[in-house]
Amino acid sequence: MGNLDLRKQSTNLIVCALLLTLPFWIDHVGSYIQLGTQIVVMALAAMALNFLLGYTGVLSFGHAAYFGLGAYGTGMTIRYLLPSTGVGILVGTLVGALAAAVIGPMIVRLRGVYFAMVTIAFGQVFYFIAFRWNDVTGGDDGLTNWKRMPIDLGFTTVDIQHNATAFYYFVLVIFAVAVALMAFLLRSPFGRTLIAIRENERRARFMGVNVNFHIWMSWVISCTFMALAGSLSSLLNNFVDPRSLFWTQSGTFVIMCVMGGMRSFWGPLVGAAIFVALQDYLSSATPNWQSFVGLVFVIVVLFFPRGVMGIFRRKATE
Amino acid sequence: MTQLILFNVMNGLIIGAFYALMAIGLSLIMSLSDVINFAHGGFLAVGAYLAYTMTPYIGFWGGLIVAPLLTAVLGLIVEKFLISRVYGRDPLYSLLLTFGLAFIFEDGTRYIWGAQSLPYQVPGWLMSPLSSSLFFLTGYRVFMIFLIVVVVGGLFFIMTRTRLGLRIRAGTLDLETVSVLGVNVRVLRNLNFGIGIYLAGLAGVLAAGQLGLQPTIGASLIMPSFVAIIIGGLGSLTGTLLGGLLIGVASGVTAVFLPSATEAVMYVMMAAVLLIRPQGLLGEEGRF
Repeated sequence: MGNLDLRKQSTNLIVCALLLTLPFWIDHVGSYIQLGTQIVVMALAAMALNFLLGYTGVLSFGHAAYFGLGAYGTGMTIRYLLPSTGVGILVGTLVGALAAAVIGPMIVRLRGVYFAMVTIAFGQVFYFIAFRWNDVTGGDDGLTNWKRMPIDLGFTTVDIQHNATAFYYFVLVIFAVAVALMAFLLRSPFGRTLIAIRENERRARFMGVNVNFHIWMSWVISCTFMALAGSLSSLLNNFVDPRSLFWTQSGTFVIMCVMGGMRSFWGPLVGAAIFVALQDYLSSATPNWQSFVGLVFVIVVLFFPRGVMGIFRRKATE
Repeated sequence: MTQLILFNVMNGLIIGAFYALMAIGLSLIMSLSDVINFAHGGFLAVGAYLAYTMTPYIGFWGGLIVAPLLTAVLGLIVEKFLISRVYGRDPLYSLLLTFGLAFIFEDGTRYIWGAQSLPYQVPGWLMSPLSSSLFFLTGYRVFMIFLIVVVVGGLFFIMTRTRLGLRIRAGTLDLETVSVLGVNVRVLRNLNFGIGIYLAGLAGVLAAGQLGLQPTIGASLIMPSFVAIIIGGLGSLTGTLLGGLLIGVASGVTAVFLPSATEAVMYVMMAAVLLIRPQGLLGEEGRF
């Protein structure tokens, strides 16, 4: 047990050290700081999804919608209401949470592939709203003509608008808070109950757990953090693409979780890093990058179903 | 005005029939194998493009017969070598596998046939309106509806009157027992998948004549097919057929009054069904 704790602690330390020092070495490995920020944002998205997928065992395939809601909520707030990054993030996240809370009761009774199908179909509603409501969302061209604003802390101003490294650390701070919150929730009795539902739903029900309510809670929490990730992603690009809500995007979040390892807390982060870097490389190397991404899906499913962290863990326990 | 509504109802009915053809195939595969085939739209596109490529050599009618069959063969191969390998594992993996295949199919068709829209020639005499007052009632539309009725009728015949159909229906209820009774479940799932893909291929050829050919044709039809299944009720083919036609007509009518909500209306219907009757209009309670 002590050995396992040590392993966990050292993994945490390595992840922290790598993320904190990223701006200093990312140029030297042939990449750039914006890609690092993109990885952190996508990692938050994948970890948010894994809260539901890996820890509650509920098959959601429609999370892109909440990612997109967060993005549009933030972009539209900054563009139309108030040019403040903080308020934008808050509104975007709340919009995602609210949508999830409303849709939740309609889906918590469903299980397995049926749950996956209903969530992915529901996600399309928001895609069509973003796509069709031209005057407000910019339709097919996306939401443009706005920029993330410098953060005013009272005593000093952090210029995340022009300084990419400052923005990276800004995103990292939010990421750290969100991840710590998720870790705290998963260690609490509530989180343990979610794992109990994943392992044996019937037994949890017989023990008096209100399963549907817990799944609803987990769904809303997961979608809220997803919306936060979407909000950060819109700030990163100063732009929102309606395709970020399209159903194909949902699949890429799931593959990040699986690729990294769903049973591991940091797995989705590893998956997101690999996926984002790979997509960045492929899309500059070949016009047929989509086929290769598809191939990655197939290879992961057939040969690496436990993901990278799963391979490590198996080696460690052997 | 009446004519406009009639026109849109007719359009909706045809689009709805495409949804239904796709949805029935998806539903067959989902009920027997617990797999959501996200690549279904990809198979539809392949069927359409195959017909386009073959038409100069074997004509429209030849393409209509051969292309869906070739698509079904491709489906049998994909099921045998890829999808059957994840049966019995967490359903998550089959979803991701077909998701990846959907990416490959869409990009593959774009690579082979190009990203631009291609014209698909339907025989001229089928395209002329049947009557001058109902200008939208072309022979092709009537023919499509006729063909879809025949094919769906044939499918219902297979499902209720043949041994294969009986086994598929029994398998959706309890696959293990069917297997113990001596049915080769692997072959059964393979054939069932092939039937589903045949319907997708046929929908592709028909849709090509109606909507034109582009690589995203499948991706745009698959989500409404899911909605059709949810509304009609998983496990009920009649329900799925009804669901497809219903959302097609609803979108068509909405296009007259509130064009921007053309797509949204079917999702509103889905939400209503999930709230009032979660198992779908004709679905059995307690299956999911």
